Amino acid sequence: MSDRDNAVIESVLVEESLVEEVSIDGMCGVY
Amino acid sequence: MTSLLEPPTAAAAPPKVGRLVDQFEKGLDAPICLTWELTYACNLSCVHCLSSSGKRDPRELSTEQCKAIIDELQRMQVFYVNIGGGEPTVRSDFWELVDYATEHQVGVKFSTNGVRIDRKVAERLAASDYVDVQISLDGATAEVNDAVRGPGSFAMAIRALENLSEAGFRDAKISVVVTRENVDQLDDFKALADKYGATLRITRLRPSGRAVDVWDDLHPTHEQQRQLYDWLVAHGEGVLTGDSFFHLSAFGSSGGGSLPGLNLCGAGRVVCLIDPVGDVYACPFAIHDNFHAGNILTDGGFESVWKNSTLFRQLREPQSAGACASCNFFDACRGGCMAAKFFTGLPMDGPDPECVQGYGQSALEGERTVPQSSVDHSRTGKRAERRTPAAPVPLTLLTTPPAKFCDENPLAGL
Amino acid sequence: MTAPGATAVSGESTDTTAFDPGAGWRLHPQVALRPEPFGALLYHFGTRKLSFLKNTVIVDVVRSMGEHDSVRDALRAHGIDENAERVYLHALRTLADSHMIVPA
Repeated sequence: MSDRDNAVIESVLVEESLVEEVSIDGMCGVY
Repeated sequence: MTSLLEPPTAAAAPPKVGRLVDQFEKGLDAPICLTWELTYACNLSCVHCLSSSGKRDPRELSTEQCKAIIDELQRMQVFYVNIGGGEPTVRSDFWELVDYATEHQVGVKFSTNGVRIDRKVAERLAASDYVDVQISLDGATAEVNDAVRGPGSFAMAIRALENLSEAGFRDAKISVVVTRENVDQLDDFKALADKYGATLRITRLRPSGRAVDVWDDLHPTHEQQRQLYDWLVAHGEGVLTGDSFFHLSAFGSSGGGSLPGLNLCGAGRVVCLIDPVGDVYACPFAIHDNFHAGNILTDGGFESVWKNSTLFRQLREPQSAGACASCNFFDACRGGCMAAKFFTGLPMDGPDPECVQGYGQSALEGERTVPQSSVDHSRTGKRAERRTPAAPVPLTLLTTPPAKFCDENPLAGL
Repeated sequence: MTAPGATAVSGESTDTTAFDPGAGWRLHPQVALRPEPFGALLYHFGTRKLSFLKNTVIVDVVRSMGEHDSVRDALRAHGIDENAERVYLHALRTLADSHMIVPA
């Protein structure tokens, strides 16, 4: 599979997932 | 029993969810985390200080006013506050406020230059579960660091890290602002963090506060941006960035992908700043009238400002891509950083000054007027003198009540 | 800090018990759940991890899980049948992996 196919699949998985995890540090505007 | 030939019912289809980033851009009922600058007083005079700190402001919030803010943050369920300044530990009520926050379900990380992190303080911190410590450092050697932060500041930060490590404090953060002068030291920073059992955090230099004067010379070049992005992709696991390099995600199309994080500007949507006199700004890198949302004392408290201010309502409207609309990479970079554009005198609906496609570079070469903020607590009045950081002000232990506000010493009474 | 709803979690370890939807699970006592229009935010005060729940049904399931004998019971109580449960189980497994939910 091409890189592009992988990227599309990964983005679809994220979109369909009901849970998304982010670091509490992962927000721009906190120094 | 259904026939195998019947199509699946609508109830069996998975719920349509979409991307979180689209939800966030409309804003939330409370910030997820925020920056709270407790004081403009500071013993250092870093050349790139985002808050132009140095002298304490006579209108600085009292202990009781600060506790009232913490009560609101608890009510709003703000999970985490990054306490900074200036140098927050020079406030005599610093520990009282940190304890009050953690006792009221507000997690605390505080940013410090290390001046007060002696062995005793380090032991106290090691015994506490809910306080994170972030030591500022902008060079992996004294030579590189002190050129920006002042003589002796490297040694002071290292001493703090040593004290924390010896006291058994786990997972301090070393926070580095990436500049033209230190981008070659990324591996060395990582080694320093590993040596002290700390986590490395690297963040973007914004042309905010005093940095407005030195940004042209200090910000990474285009080649260095690429170097930084490649380093993050190769070595960035376990390195925090505060999502401050989301503008570099546009490099991702040629291999690498997005950097971890929300990859969007959080100003007024998921984060904001509370400053030492109770002014609320969209972001700590935007301390300027244009990004002022209100004041907690005069506008009915923090929650009211967060929910109702005109500025924040505007920021929560869908933002137009403006001149970036025709660029293929807009979806990755979201037009970059508001503060970076504003403080380089670039239009808000145009490219970021460090646009990886180079559109910002062209814009920088054109005519532009760089704005000045009226909020300036620097000890050095003359702008030309600020390019070399002054020596640190020594802190002395005072047992007398706070001196008058007109005192020359910015740290008087602390 | 007095974490929201905290009582001592006996035998707490960093091991993740394999997620079994036939067993009872509950929100970790150090996790704060903050409802939002799109769903909810979860923040674990111990691990500093932040998770987003992206619809209100999963939020209701997570909030009520501790009152049901099993995760499956909780799903059924909120109208999620066998055909629909895959994406919910995937989400709950993710939450278990980051210790946001623990065996009841």
